[in-house]
Amino acid sequence: MATVGEVTTAPGAPTTTRIEVRDLDMMYGERVIQRNLTFTVQRGDIFVIMGGSGCGKSTLLRHMIGLVEPARGDVFYDGASFWGTDLPVRERILRRIGVLYQSGALWSSMTLAENVSLPLEEYRDLHGAEIREVASLKLALVGLAGFEDFYPSEISGGMRKRAGLARAMALDPDILFFDEPSAGLDPISSHLLDDLILELRDSLGATVVMVTHELPSIFAIANNSVFLDAETKTMIAGGHPQTLLKECRDPKVHRFLTRGEAEE
Amino acid sequence: MIVSAPAAASAWQLRVDRSQSEVLLLHLAGHWTLESRLPLAADALNRAGAGGRIERVAFDSVGLEAWDSGLLIFLRALIAETERKHVTTDLAGLPEGVRRLLALTTAVPERKDMGRQARRPSMLARIGTATVSASRAGTELLAFLGEAFKSVLRLFVGKARFHRSDLFLILQEVGAQALPIVSLISFLVGVILAYVGALQLRQFGAQSYVADLVGVAMTREMGAMMAAIIMAGRTGAAFAAQLGTMQVNEEIDALATMGIPAMDFLVLPRMLALAVMMPLLGVYADLLGVLGGAVVGVGMLDLGSAEYYYRTIQAIGLDDFAAGIVKASVFGVLVAIAGCLRGMQCGRSSAAVGAAATSAVVTGIVFIIVSDTALTVIFERLGF
Repeated sequence: MATVGEVTTAPGAPTTTRIEVRDLDMMYGERVIQRNLTFTVQRGDIFVIMGGSGCGKSTLLRHMIGLVEPARGDVFYDGASFWGTDLPVRERILRRIGVLYQSGALWSSMTLAENVSLPLEEYRDLHGAEIREVASLKLALVGLAGFEDFYPSEISGGMRKRAGLARAMALDPDILFFDEPSAGLDPISSHLLDDLILELRDSLGATVVMVTHELPSIFAIANNSVFLDAETKTMIAGGHPQTLLKECRDPKVHRFLTRGEAEE
Repeated sequence: MIVSAPAAASAWQLRVDRSQSEVLLLHLAGHWTLESRLPLAADALNRAGAGGRIERVAFDSVGLEAWDSGLLIFLRALIAETERKHVTTDLAGLPEGVRRLLALTTAVPERKDMGRQARRPSMLARIGTATVSASRAGTELLAFLGEAFKSVLRLFVGKARFHRSDLFLILQEVGAQALPIVSLISFLVGVILAYVGALQLRQFGAQSYVADLVGVAMTREMGAMMAAIIMAGRTGAAFAAQLGTMQVNEEIDALATMGIPAMDFLVLPRMLALAVMMPLLGVYADLLGVLGGAVVGVGMLDLGSAEYYYRTIQAIGLDDFAAGIVKASVFGVLVAIAGCLRGMQCGRSSAAVGAAATSAVVTGIVFIIVSDTALTVIFERLGF
């Protein structure tokens, strides 16, 4: 599959642009998932990818974090092409990224501390004791102090999510990706997770991209978004969710943001 | 006209009222439930439609005592039928619950493009699909082998990244913990070989050659092969299930986004463990098999234990032994590759994990038998 090979930097991209997705087409074999996706994520944004179930939100995320190669188009990090370069460069970009997967995706054969430590062992020149300390710190940041030696199967779903977040933050990434962070959490845990995400963004200065369809989360923390539509197979709106709610004329977006209650 | 349920189970009643011109009024009464063998909507409509043109169908449900999904199915079919004939339906006379449920069923229009094509493809198309997927499977296998080879190279230059503790754990799982089952199977294989051999050799009065037969067969062939088949069923399936579950839980994705090659981290220690442990298990199986043969030889064929021992030593050459060990090493790597390949290819559902485990065992056994044949021919050509 051909990607834009020659273009390695996005000309004229402003310095505050962290991520740029340009002309992205996503396909599974012959089946088109989404076409012509173009949007930018600014530094410090909490950016939401939203849309109905099955419209390709998580797939878009998987394209952005290098798990699936796009059928066309490219993703730029700080102006540098992601898919247009070779593997070592991609890996260097990925090292600045933390990902929280939908299920947490903790390595089940390792304790929480080992889960957080693994990326540190790989990429940081630290001693065992120091690594252990960093791991404890990260776990404490997400409210899991004292759970270092627990296995993922021994803790609750909400705790697994938070432990996944601790692992995603292990390398102090500039960009955090969340795949449905509040899926399967009760309203209170989900609210706490939102607060945690905001807190981390503010204190770490990270950029957050998340896939979600939880309206409370979207309105509470997001300041930019893109709306994917399953029928037309492309993005049909974007911007601050509150602004979208007030100004967007598209009935689909409006229905989504009002839970279908404000039919015109 | 009154239509009602057949015979004894007279639970539902349908009365057709054509008193208003161009209006068909259906009086529904009694029990309209799934169990009461409801009429077909088309039948009801056809029977009623005899008296001239109908513009509108209306309902009266005053006498309706009970209803469930059965009534909904009847009404849905009826509505579909009337729509086809460009007749409007007036649902006002139906109970409110029925109206609301009917509204729900029509709220989201049927997604035409989502339906899977149920049509059975032609023979030619199926052959084509099978060929394409077979060649794709071949490519995937080659790609996996290539990646595995690169991973082994990285191991030799000290760049492969995995946890040593993982390796030890896997070594223990595939080695020490497999001893009981390997003991049992290879001992019994030794017994069987001795029995079958004795039956034939007794005809020539050559029972004492049972020791040779068992010794050579076990060391050259059966020890390695039985151990490998046990490993394919035990360890190959376990590898596929472990890696498959990791695939389902996105754990492998998590490794990939951290730039840690799953090949190094997960596959390499498993290949290493089996490559190390299989020859040892093979030798162990040889020993137990010879022991099984000795029990039959000494206990039932009246061979002296010293004689049996001496004959065995005489019969087994270093080359037989070496051939067995080479085979066991090859089988070990192949079983690990089959298990890891199927695990890494696993889909994203629990059913896929089961399929991966099954496929790992089948692939492993095929690999073992095919490579055994090849190695036997090669050794024979080399005079080994």
